[in-house]
Amino acid sequence: MPIAAKQLKENMRSATGQRKQPGLSLQAMIFALENYWSDQGCIVQQPYDVEVGAGTMHPETFFRVLGPNPYRVVYVQPSRRPADGRYGENPNRLYKHSQLQVILKSSPVDVQTLYLNSLHVLGIDLKQHDIRFEEDNWESPTLGAWGVGWQVLLDGLEITQFTYFQQSGGMDLDPVSCELTYGLERIAAFLQGVDSVFQLRWSNTSTYGDIRLAEEQQFSAYSFEWADPKRTREMFDLCEKEAKAILARRERPAVGIAGKQVAPILAAYDFCLKCSHLFNVLDSRGAISTTERAVLIARVRALSCEVARDYCVIHGWSESLAELGDANQRPVEQVRR
Amino acid sequence: MKDRGAFLFEIGCEEIPAGLLKKAADELKVLLEKHLSANGIFIEPLSTYGASRRLAAMCSAVLLQQADERTEVLGPPKSIAFDNVGQPTRAAESFSEKQGIPMSNLYTTITPRGEYLAAARVIHGRPAREILAEVLPGVMHELTFPRSMYWTGKKGARFIRPVRWIVALLNGKVVPFEYEMVRSGNATEGHRFLGRSKIQVSGPKNYVEKLRRNFVLVDPAERQKKIEREIRSIVAKGKWRLHEDAGLLELVTYLNEYPTVIRGDFDAEYLELPSEVTVTVMRDHQKYFAVENRQAEIEPHFLAVINLDKDRAGLVRQGHERVLRARLADAQFFWRADQKRRLADYNEKLAHVTFESRLGSYRDKTERMRHLARKIAGNWFDSGIHGADVGAADRAAQLSKCDLATEMVREFTELQGVMGGLYARVQGEDEEVVWAIYEHYKPVGTEDSIPRNLTGCAVSIADKLDSLVACFGIGIIPSGSSDPFALRRAASGIVQILLERGIPLSLSAAVSASAQTLKANPPKIDVGGEAEKQVLDFIGDRARYLLREKYGFGYDEVNAAMAAGADDLVDVRNRVLALKAIRHSKNFAPLAIAFRRIRKILEKAGPDGGRGGSVNLELLQLAAERDLQREARALAERAGKHKRAGEYKEALEAISELRPTVDRFFDDVLVMDKDEAIRRNRLALLAGLLKEFSTIADFSEMVAEEK
Repeated sequence: MPIAAKQLKENMRSATGQRKQPGLSLQAMIFALENYWSDQGCIVQQPYDVEVGAGTMHPETFFRVLGPNPYRVVYVQPSRRPADGRYGENPNRLYKHSQLQVILKSSPVDVQTLYLNSLHVLGIDLKQHDIRFEEDNWESPTLGAWGVGWQVLLDGLEITQFTYFQQSGGMDLDPVSCELTYGLERIAAFLQGVDSVFQLRWSNTSTYGDIRLAEEQQFSAYSFEWADPKRTREMFDLCEKEAKAILARRERPAVGIAGKQVAPILAAYDFCLKCSHLFNVLDSRGAISTTERAVLIARVRALSCEVARDYCVIHGWSESLAELGDANQRPVEQVRR
Repeated sequence: MKDRGAFLFEIGCEEIPAGLLKKAADELKVLLEKHLSANGIFIEPLSTYGASRRLAAMCSAVLLQQADERTEVLGPPKSIAFDNVGQPTRAAESFSEKQGIPMSNLYTTITPRGEYLAAARVIHGRPAREILAEVLPGVMHELTFPRSMYWTGKKGARFIRPVRWIVALLNGKVVPFEYEMVRSGNATEGHRFLGRSKIQVSGPKNYVEKLRRNFVLVDPAERQKKIEREIRSIVAKGKWRLHEDAGLLELVTYLNEYPTVIRGDFDAEYLELPSEVTVTVMRDHQKYFAVENRQAEIEPHFLAVINLDKDRAGLVRQGHERVLRARLADAQFFWRADQKRRLADYNEKLAHVTFESRLGSYRDKTERMRHLARKIAGNWFDSGIHGADVGAADRAAQLSKCDLATEMVREFTELQGVMGGLYARVQGEDEEVVWAIYEHYKPVGTEDSIPRNLTGCAVSIADKLDSLVACFGIGIIPSGSSDPFALRRAASGIVQILLERGIPLSLSAAVSASAQTLKANPPKIDVGGEAEKQVLDFIGDRARYLLREKYGFGYDEVNAAMAAGADDLVDVRNRVLALKAIRHSKNFAPLAIAFRRIRKILEKAGPDGGRGGSVNLELLQLAAERDLQREARALAERAGKHKRAGEYKEALEAISELRPTVDRFFDDVLVMDKDEAIRRNRLALLAGLLKEFSTIADFSEMVAEEK
């Protein structure tokens, strides 16, 4: 905390607009944001250890937004987007970028102000910049999730996705959660005034390139050239099978967890995430057609929706599985609104 | 005492999508006026406005009090209400009690049913404030948005974005109500960063002014003027011209509460990019205006509209320039990288780009398009249409989809087609081919223009036809809002091209050529006759729709013409035009009625009602039926001559001369004669008539116009 506090102070000075100091380092930014959101009552969580394409897929978002219990959490989630890999040659595009994700459940009345204050903490003077909330409705077909909100633009740069979750895992959400997803690299590049992500100061001694360039090169090569489509498909099928097997054998307790043998649906969810990632690899490999794409997405969605449904049943938030019999139909319709 | 007062209503909201604001403000006006009128307090029209964080409605005068309403309540008849000595009976007393009006205030009144005891009731008008307190939350619930949300919970209200404050004032006083835990009041919010919070307002005028001082221009017209003024001034200073973009202007007007135009620059090295690319990067992604020099060449500057009063330290400009630089650098990289190979070589890559799993890759589609484009252009060439070029159509079709495999289009998908054309030009293709590739997705939407040259038309039709026939062939048929392959737009596109270019094409022949191509080429789909017919019907439906809605013909004119054949749409239009021209003539309308009568008679007579049988002249007993037979034959010959010459109006005029004869027939002849032979013969006469004269239009579809 002392580090963040120091950085914060430094930043307040730079907030006058005469940015003599180069802005916060990437890690100082993370400290500052985690610290800020921790003060707002957020649990500070760690990144999930399964490959994901976005912070939303972290169980701390996917499961926590379900059901009635309030929750607040902040974490950084390295997010893999195989098709966005550029071998480390593009200054703005990455195979893996870092999202800082905040979930506020239920959505506070002053959520926009809370968010804008967090920008201030990063040293951004809101009167000196063109900050706007432009419509951007977020949707994750593989998670059966969607929400309504904005992308937040800072002088024309998209820095945050701001979403009021309406549905996740095909389940209507009640209460509504707010999801804030900061694009850390972009904000850091803005603060530090650099044109290439690889020139970013990660810490005061190392650049982003020092830390991550090799990873970008290797995973880009893997996703675009090395990944074997046939084996990747087989892995997809296998992961799907494992998830389905878990879901098929699970107990179906009507209410509560206590005393019951509960099937490990969290493990089923991990396999669902793996499917999602393998799908992305196949996609970047150019091995998926438009329709097949829809079919594969539907397969992953079927898993995630079933997991979400069971999760609710186990916690007694839905009375029975029978009542939710059509839940698999519902999301398809609503997601493609 | 004042009987009227100013009204102000503001729904304070988190940022409302710019594209929805105008419609929402319009709807708010309609709803409020409807409810104010229904409650009898409406006197002056309302003005409604939308800005990012608010929808506002105001009005200089609303009645403060509903007028009292006087009614008369009838009681029992006088004979029952009073006994024979004129004393009120129990019935009268109970009426008096029920109405709460003493006997002495009741009176008798004469009605058509006799004399009754009556009471005068006055329903006192309610104060407008009370009415508005009910109406306003109701209106908020009634407003509709394409994608609304809930935020207080699933049972909560739905609105476009969370509502955070409400101002509701009548005559300076708050109209009290609550909506989703927000209480109405008299405090509004200024600009998010520049203005004050909780600004007390007392009425419409004061509201607009106070907000202006707090950097919110509520009226979009005022915002747009400010933008235009500042654009003009910057452009004049640089001696440039604005690259006009009305859609963008409206968008930025609604994106900002206090719009200010700033200028930014980009490196002149990016001018090597085609202007289509630069403009797209600026407009679609960053919402910047481009500027040009007098030769309409893009200048290395841009105009950004920001939501601030000024760019105090120049940081905003720096930021926008940096974002644009990154985007242009991307585009430049793609532009160069894509040109490292010939456009045609991308065809190989297309083998990996799937159109639809069962329908093969884009490479397969390209091959099918080549067949079709050659065939279509060949047909036109054979019909002597100037400019038809089979070789060019083939080449353009071959290159049409190549850009889908380029980096540029993968990044900026809205440039599909355009990039293909631009790369083709750089690589020295014929201008005819260049434009054909460039424009082969056109028309996108019913308002869009069609490809400028015939080759582009051929490739565009080939593309759309292949998508339609192929998708229908495997059961992908648009239903409701689900139309993932935009087949409706494809069908409309074909119709628009044929009609606007005025070129002939047999749709049935084209559809069956497409089906054969699908069968003969990978993935060798057997489409089947049923699907072919579905495609034809589908295109026919779009043609019907466009002829009505875009080209302004009457639905009955269109139906009548299409019932007589819809294979060649230009021909259909000519027949519709003839029908439209003649429908008001003296004979036509009555003749149409007569034809409808004929059709009804034939339908009633059943399937073997004489249809198909030939007319036996011997059995024609009455003069009127013999006349009809003779006259019809003569006119049919004349009409036929005109029809063959394409003179549909003259043909229809000839046909309508039949009217007096038909009228006389119906006056004198009873079709359903008792004698079966005679009856059948008359039915045959009518059936022949209907058939003979329905080759241009089925008149029985025509609806009599109301005068």
